[in-house]
Amino acid sequence: MRHSIDKVAANRKERTKQSFPKLTPDEKKQLLTKYHPDYKPGTTRKLLVGPNKGESVVNELGDIVEAYSRISPEKTDLSRTDIQTDVLIIGGGGAGASAALTAQEAGAHVLLCTKLRFGDANTMMAQGGIQAADRENDSPAIHHLDVMGGGGFTNIPNLVQTLVKDAPSIIEWLEDLGMMFDKKPDGTFVEMHGGGTSRRRMHAARDYTGAEIMRTLRDEVINRDIQVIEFSPAIELLTDADGNCVGAILLNMETNEFVFVNAKTTILATGGSGRLHCQEFPTTNHYGATGDGLALAYRAGAKLAFVDTIQYHPTGVAFPELISGQLITEKMRSMGAQLVNIDGERFVNELETRDAVASAIIRECQERNKGVRTPGGLVGVWLDTPLIDVLKGSGQTQRLAPAMVRQFKRFGIDIIKDPILVYATQHYQNGGVLIDENGRTNIPNLYVAGEAAGGIHGRNRLMGNSLLDILVFGRRAGGDAAKRSNTAPGDKPILDHVVRFHKELKKAGVSTDRHSPVLLPDYRSKEAKIELEAFAVRGWE
Amino acid sequence: MGADKSTVTIYVFGKQYRVPQNLTILTAMEHLGYRLLRGCGCRSGFCGACATVYRIRGDFRLRTGLACQTPVRDGMVFSMLPFHPSTKARYDIKSLQPDINALLRYYPEILRCLQCNSCTRACPQDLPVIDIMAAAMRGDIANAADLSFDCIMCGLCATRCPAEIVQYNVAILSRRLYGTHLSPKAGHLKKKLDEIRAGRYDEELSKLAKMSTAELTKLYNSREIEPEEA
Repeated sequence: MRHSIDKVAANRKERTKQSFPKLTPDEKKQLLTKYHPDYKPGTTRKLLVGPNKGESVVNELGDIVEAYSRISPEKTDLSRTDIQTDVLIIGGGGAGASAALTAQEAGAHVLLCTKLRFGDANTMMAQGGIQAADRENDSPAIHHLDVMGGGGFTNIPNLVQTLVKDAPSIIEWLEDLGMMFDKKPDGTFVEMHGGGTSRRRMHAARDYTGAEIMRTLRDEVINRDIQVIEFSPAIELLTDADGNCVGAILLNMETNEFVFVNAKTTILATGGSGRLHCQEFPTTNHYGATGDGLALAYRAGAKLAFVDTIQYHPTGVAFPELISGQLITEKMRSMGAQLVNIDGERFVNELETRDAVASAIIRECQERNKGVRTPGGLVGVWLDTPLIDVLKGSGQTQRLAPAMVRQFKRFGIDIIKDPILVYATQHYQNGGVLIDENGRTNIPNLYVAGEAAGGIHGRNRLMGNSLLDILVFGRRAGGDAAKRSNTAPGDKPILDHVVRFHKELKKAGVSTDRHSPVLLPDYRSKEAKIELEAFAVRGWE
Repeated sequence: MGADKSTVTIYVFGKQYRVPQNLTILTAMEHLGYRLLRGCGCRSGFCGACATVYRIRGDFRLRTGLACQTPVRDGMVFSMLPFHPSTKARYDIKSLQPDINALLRYYPEILRCLQCNSCTRACPQDLPVIDIMAAAMRGDIANAADLSFDCIMCGLCATRCPAEIVQYNVAILSRRLYGTHLSPKAGHLKKKLDEIRAGRYDEELSKLAKMSTAELTKLYNSREIEPEEA
């Protein structure tokens, strides 16, 4: 590894003057079809049941949506209501928190439940920034075109229009709440490019952008005394005889008790699914990212969109192996860090869209054999981070990316002096439950916002549009769900949708030991799991 | 130390185990068969769920770290602290003045600070917590906000504070006061918002929304890319 690092250092100066051409549309298409994991044969299948029956789905997502409920409808006493609320929000990340604030402002009683702690979400880990067209030479229309192109022109146009038009108002809202953005002394935002942007519109808060958003929203939710229940994910939605969503059954994971919540309207803001480890990729996602919302909504009859595609972030950590798969923000490339192979040669324009950059890295390692092997057997390419100080001036890496500097320093690596080894990692669920401009689904009174929703980003999301989307659609869903809760019946819950879905699964011959939501991944070692199998009575229970 | 170089002896909540050395505290626990619920969040050092205290056998020092970011070491005795009961004031950020009175009204205990520096030593982010508290006591909101910006609110400072201050909640109040009241506003944002609200982009946007893929593709491929800022 050291030998290769020296090579990278040797031609660094020279490379600063070198510009790498962008891919032509044809080259990009070829690169994606040949190397993007989405196109790998055998990694998707046709759904056998449900509203998207016959359509293509990523195997791991198929496994959770084509699965049995964790509860038995026939053994469940539905006469019980533990909590009554206007709006139930399932999920405590950025989408859930912004929905909660907006719904409460609109006068609704709000209950927010979440699987782990409030704020344990991918929002907290988003580093690079949030897009909004607010500079003189930019406009929502230019932003719109960038989003559509990034998504391969498959995005649902109305959702994109909503996203880009609301964007500047989201920045205003966050500032009013006291979020601290990177700014120049006169108040002008420091704005950079991201992969696939045609204008500099990435607003950031150092490389803690998502954390700053999340902790600010969380602080405000607590200030407003909105009821929050932690460690209590939804394990089944409740519907009524007319097919309206009327709440959910929560599971207190610490006591194994159920909590029956009757709600006029319900918002699923359960986030993404990196912890399902599609194609055994590592992930940048938080511990609870197991796609629960998809499973719950699909069972209740909600239509999904773009569930045959996953975003792999080009730059996950490949070394040190202790933190492999963790995110290295795209902002490093926005600031000038280049990607180079074992010989110190560039092989892709760093600001191509993520799908293209990830594919180029996979090609460099798998086909061209120009990757660098780690002692533990992983492979990666160099992200030449020392370039940032060279290009932007001494001290800029530390100032603009303190989290990244700190992350590697903990393991004895100085990213200001040495490049870091990276490889593609599972990052984002491109698709999800199909929504409209207000987060409504085809199930009356069921809303979805955030990463669990699908359609906005088509087949590939641009950097900085996720922090934006969770707030745009979180706020819209919150507002609409509150309004709707005035007239929604909130009728007697039944679980007919579960009975019906189970019948369908049996008919289709789906394995009966698959249950969802998955809730948490199981990282216990093989040995520990084998011993569990040997119990006649599991554990001490 | 260890007989086999590739493994180390650790003590999970005081109980002895041998584990491979290329693990963090978090992954070592999972390797042993713990399935975590509390004490595990982002697994990347951003969320503060896995605050941990540990000692190395034979050393009197009590050390702190994040379980997901701390490699195991031979002789490590550790315990996770996944929750810390703390005071968290309720306030309306907009109605406050960004000065010392706001901080003292909600967290008067900051004046009890002994300047012992235990908070700084406990911080897994290596933040100068003592300086943040000093800035707060002076009413220097801007400085408290800036210095505390990388705080992940894990709570380790508060667990070590003899004055029982909850530094991370004082810090977020400072940051929000700064962001809401002191940070200079961007003129270009206001201007763009006025334009959007006046409907200036509506026609162009609906035209784009109705375009065929072929038209969009053509427009996209010929669009002008703004150069990086010099």
